[in-house]
Amino acid sequence: MNKTRASGRTVGGLRTLSLQAPAVTLLLLWMIVPLGMTLWFSFQRYNLLMPGMTGFAGLENYEYLLTDPALWAAMGNTLLLVGWVLAITVVGGTLLAVLFQQEFAGRGIARVLAISPFFVMPTVSALVWKNMMMHPSNGVLAWLSESIGLPAVDWFSSLPLTSIVIIVAWQWLPFALLILLTAMQSLDEDQVEAARMDGAGPVAIFFFITLPHLKRAISVVIMIEMIFLLTIFAEIFVTTSGGPGLATTNLAYLIYIRALLDFDVGTASAGGVIAIILANIVAIFLVRMVAKNLED
Amino acid sequence: MTTLSSKTAAPRSVSGWRSTQSKRILLTLLGWSVALVIFFPIFWMILTGFKTETAAIADPSLIFSPTLESYQDVHARSGYARFALNSVAVAFGSTFFALLIAIPSAYAMAFLPTKRTKGTLLWMLSTKMLPSVGVLVPIYLIFRDVGLLDTRTGLIIIYTLMNLPIVVWMLYTFFKDMPKDILEAGRMDGASTFQEVFFLLLPLTLPGIASTGLLSVILSWNEAFWSLNLTTSSAAPLTAYIASFSSPEGLFWAKLSAASTMAIAPILILGWMTQKQMVRGLTFGAVK
Repeated sequence: MNKTRASGRTVGGLRTLSLQAPAVTLLLLWMIVPLGMTLWFSFQRYNLLMPGMTGFAGLENYEYLLTDPALWAAMGNTLLLVGWVLAITVVGGTLLAVLFQQEFAGRGIARVLAISPFFVMPTVSALVWKNMMMHPSNGVLAWLSESIGLPAVDWFSSLPLTSIVIIVAWQWLPFALLILLTAMQSLDEDQVEAARMDGAGPVAIFFFITLPHLKRAISVVIMIEMIFLLTIFAEIFVTTSGGPGLATTNLAYLIYIRALLDFDVGTASAGGVIAIILANIVAIFLVRMVAKNLED
Repeated sequence: MTTLSSKTAAPRSVSGWRSTQSKRILLTLLGWSVALVIFFPIFWMILTGFKTETAAIADPSLIFSPTLESYQDVHARSGYARFALNSVAVAFGSTFFALLIAIPSAYAMAFLPTKRTKGTLLWMLSTKMLPSVGVLVPIYLIFRDVGLLDTRTGLIIIYTLMNLPIVVWMLYTFFKDMPKDILEAGRMDGASTFQEVFFLLLPLTLPGIASTGLLSVILSWNEAFWSLNLTTSSAAPLTAYIASFSSPEGLFWAKLSAASTMAIAPILILGWMTQKQMVRGLTFGAVK
């Protein structure tokens, strides 16, 4: 009996290995090949427009990039974009999750409407907002502010980054809501009831029971959003193209400009390496958290 | 909707009951106004799709005579069908391959775990953290050199790999929830791994596999980084087609709205159907 079990385990190990092989091999290639190439190019003098100029560049690309004011502008924009969208979606998502957890007439449909923007493709969201909502003369927002006697705001020329923040937050608020609503379902109703019996008001219940219960889900939302928000691209691509000037150029868009508009492979790759490092700082925390979750 | 929850079923007094009622009315109003404000841009887009171009840029109005003009124009002039077909091919193609590769892998991890399983799972998750813009240059150059730029095959390859970690993870959490006894019983009766997977596991976990597949379809359908950078015309999916409306001379709101409505409708409906199961995949099982 013992013998068969022992041998069964080895066979199982082999079987596990062979069943996993395709997925592991492909992901390994997907990770290592482009990553290696990005790293390699970042140390090369390589511009598609200047085929003669090649060779080892050392840290030249990094030096060029790090002394380029555009990089710092882009880093600042990336930070503002991520920070504002996170603040809006996490605070808003938590409050909305509490609201949509209450019982009211037609709650199911209201929930579905509220999470809908998450399923809209980014190019559609961005163009609908840019044209129909934020257009300075024909947009709904302009009409609204004019009807209460205020001048219309020319969103994309006077508040370009704010406009992008609004669009992206509109897309990601439903994501936070969806995740937090799900997390809310495992909230112990008896505990809430007991607290109510003890005379705790809704505010106290929110801060001492609901919020601690949602802590882990909130950190998951923050980390997953960070990873996606660090590389927001399509929304900028179809609305402002990074402008006016560099006002809405984030790191992802800057790399795109260097790579596919300037054809400067070396500098773009150095930018790519920076983006990878930034994303990895966030990723380490997320992976740790998921790992902890895997244990229980 | 009218049934009272256990909390409110036994009101202590009439005034208590009354305050619960007014609280409910207030909540209904608040909940619905928030939901409608969030949904408004989508609603407005659907509405604008049924307007004429002149009505679309006129002062906002709910009263207009609806027309299918823009829908017809989008179909006739821009070849909407071609882009839609690209989206369908790319989303379903990549989902098919992702499932094909992920099912054996998730099966092995859930039912034949080894010491390394946990590490493998976490490593897979970490590949998802690689920002696409970080590898844009090499992927673009590789695709250019092997002739995959602007091909459906190219996008299918990218999306398969992009979604593979999520698909493996989501399947893994579904497989793990399955009672092991059933598989044991099958094994006792002499079922091979193949039979075990196809006749026991797949039928039992079909709902899980279906929602995993749907999430993969949704993510591929809406992906707009690679589609904008790797396609130009012949393989361009809907995300890239809609982006072509961004040119300043192309300010055709009614047509943009009609095309957008068609582009998002199927995914919106799929999303509504699978919202609950989707949370698993989106959070790698950290929130269920």
